[in-house]
Amino acid sequence: MGAKANSAELIIELGRRYHFSASHRLHTAHLSEEENSRVFGKCNNPFGHGHNYVLEVSVSGPVDPATGMIANLADLDGFVEQAVLQVFDHKSLNEDVAVFLDKVPTTENLCIDIYERLKNFSHAKLERVRIEETRNNSFEYAGQQFARVPVASSAEKEQR
Amino acid sequence: MVLITRRIDFSASHVYHNPQLSAEENRRIFGKCNNPHGHGHNYTLEVTVAGEPDPVTGMVLDLKELKEILAREVMQRMDHRHLNHEVPELAGQIPTCENIARVIWNLLEPKIKQGLLHRVRLYESPDLFADCFRNGTAGSRGNT
Repeated sequence: MGAKANSAELIIELGRRYHFSASHRLHTAHLSEEENSRVFGKCNNPFGHGHNYVLEVSVSGPVDPATGMIANLADLDGFVEQAVLQVFDHKSLNEDVAVFLDKVPTTENLCIDIYERLKNFSHAKLERVRIEETRNNSFEYAGQQFARVPVASSAEKEQR
Repeated sequence: MVLITRRIDFSASHVYHNPQLSAEENRRIFGKCNNPHGHGHNYTLEVTVAGEPDPVTGMVLDLKELKEILAREVMQRMDHRHLNHEVPELAGQIPTCENIARVIWNLLEPKIKQGLLHRVRLYESPDLFADCFRNGTAGSRGNT
């Protein structure tokens, strides 16, 4: 790549971080006790455990010349508070959040669920959600078109 | 392609106020950011440059040179300044994260001669930031 200027339009995204704490247990009824223990390790401990999650929400859109903003933070904060924080903060993901009654509350699945809850924000376009489960583990989801490499189906994986 | 990021911190004051709106509208839209005497932040700027490492030096760019560009273009302009009154590039604009990130992008892009400016991320606080990049090169819309 040379130092030739790129003339594509400039994109601005606004990123906002939110914090919530919740407990979970990684366990699935589709596997035996031994398999659950083997697959999920200490995350399968019967009484669960918790994390201080950090949720990073990125939105894009034109910057309003009158306000200098893509979206008013009060609108974004209010929407996330109602759509996500009230649902997840200080809750047991397995028992208090309907979608995880029959789905393993990994942070991958949490990313997808929170993306779906936020994608209808009306003041800007949701670009992606990124969740830090701990300071060392983070996960991102930007909708189905996010995959840069084709996601292999289970059948294809079997063939490998 | 390799991405290289340099981070710098600067401190500045600002106020959100649009003279074309009424006092009530300004308060409603901007809340406490409209307090007339302004307020300040410790900003953190992350500048990411993309390129191929030079086969001789192993470097995408000379970090010392990037440091000097950031000192000249950003620190001298914005550090310990009032963004509304002392930064001509922001004149007539509300100095939000979005607008400051774009101004910084426009200041840096022509100065970076080795590699291509890939992304400017400006944190106003640890929980609020704006990203600026060319369409199709960063964000979730794919890498080149």
